[in-house]
Amino acid sequence: MTQLTFDEPELIARLRAGEESAFEQLVRATSGRLLATARRFLRNDEDARDAVQSAFIRAFQSLSRFRQESSISTWLHRILVNEALMRLRSRRKREEESVDDLLPSFIEDGHQTRDTVDWTENAETAMERAETSELVRRKIDELPESYRTVLVMRDLEEMSNSEIAEALGISVNLVKVRLHRARQALRTLLERQFGGEQ
Amino acid sequence: MNCRDVIGFLMDYIDGVLAASEKTEFEKHLKVCTSCVAYLRTYEQTIRMEVATRIEDVTIPEELVRAILAARKM
Repeated sequence: MTQLTFDEPELIARLRAGEESAFEQLVRATSGRLLATARRFLRNDEDARDAVQSAFIRAFQSLSRFRQESSISTWLHRILVNEALMRLRSRRKREEESVDDLLPSFIEDGHQTRDTVDWTENAETAMERAETSELVRRKIDELPESYRTVLVMRDLEEMSNSEIAEALGISVNLVKVRLHRARQALRTLLERQFGGEQ
Repeated sequence: MNCRDVIGFLMDYIDGVLAASEKTEFEKHLKVCTSCVAYLRTYEQTIRMEVATRIEDVTIPEELVRAILAARKM
């Protein structure tokens, strides 16, 4: 996480002393980043705001257990991610879709059924346009939830495979499988967008 | 290695965790397969495009700050 501009040991001491201005300082310094993270997970602004609020309440209640082994912003980020995951789990479960149709296929000897064309140049040009980010975001959102979550955690939240495994209660190996499949599926979705003019 | 193996090992290759012998085989295949080179390049491009969507910080609505601080006192 990015370093924040406050004297952390001093702020923590003031928080533990129950100083109102310290809580406000912490909320103002960290909530923008936390809200951005919550939106990436939950894709809905109202849910994201609720998650940020719940994460802060949870953090305030457990301040005495904060061991300062990480920075306070990293600690808050971890609490928020758990809060967001809990909310995702409690959403009505849809039948989990497969990404098999978006993965490459192979002939019997292991060669690709269809040659892949390099569309990186088209994509690089498109990235200069502001609307491309929104388009890529929509494509990420098309991924089935269990794949999208791992992709967001690893590539956007920059969490390690073992941190993701622990947060999701799955093995590191399954994290790697889902991440690779998610990236491949997204690659195909982007290829449909940027590979046409080759 | 064939295309199926190379695409299977792609993430480990990018992460630099392939064993030396596997890396040699992987790169040997890339020298003769333009389709796998294109797959590797577009896979890496996908990650770059993903990362470019990242919004680091957003303006926090004042009412949310107030709500958080009020909830603490409840």
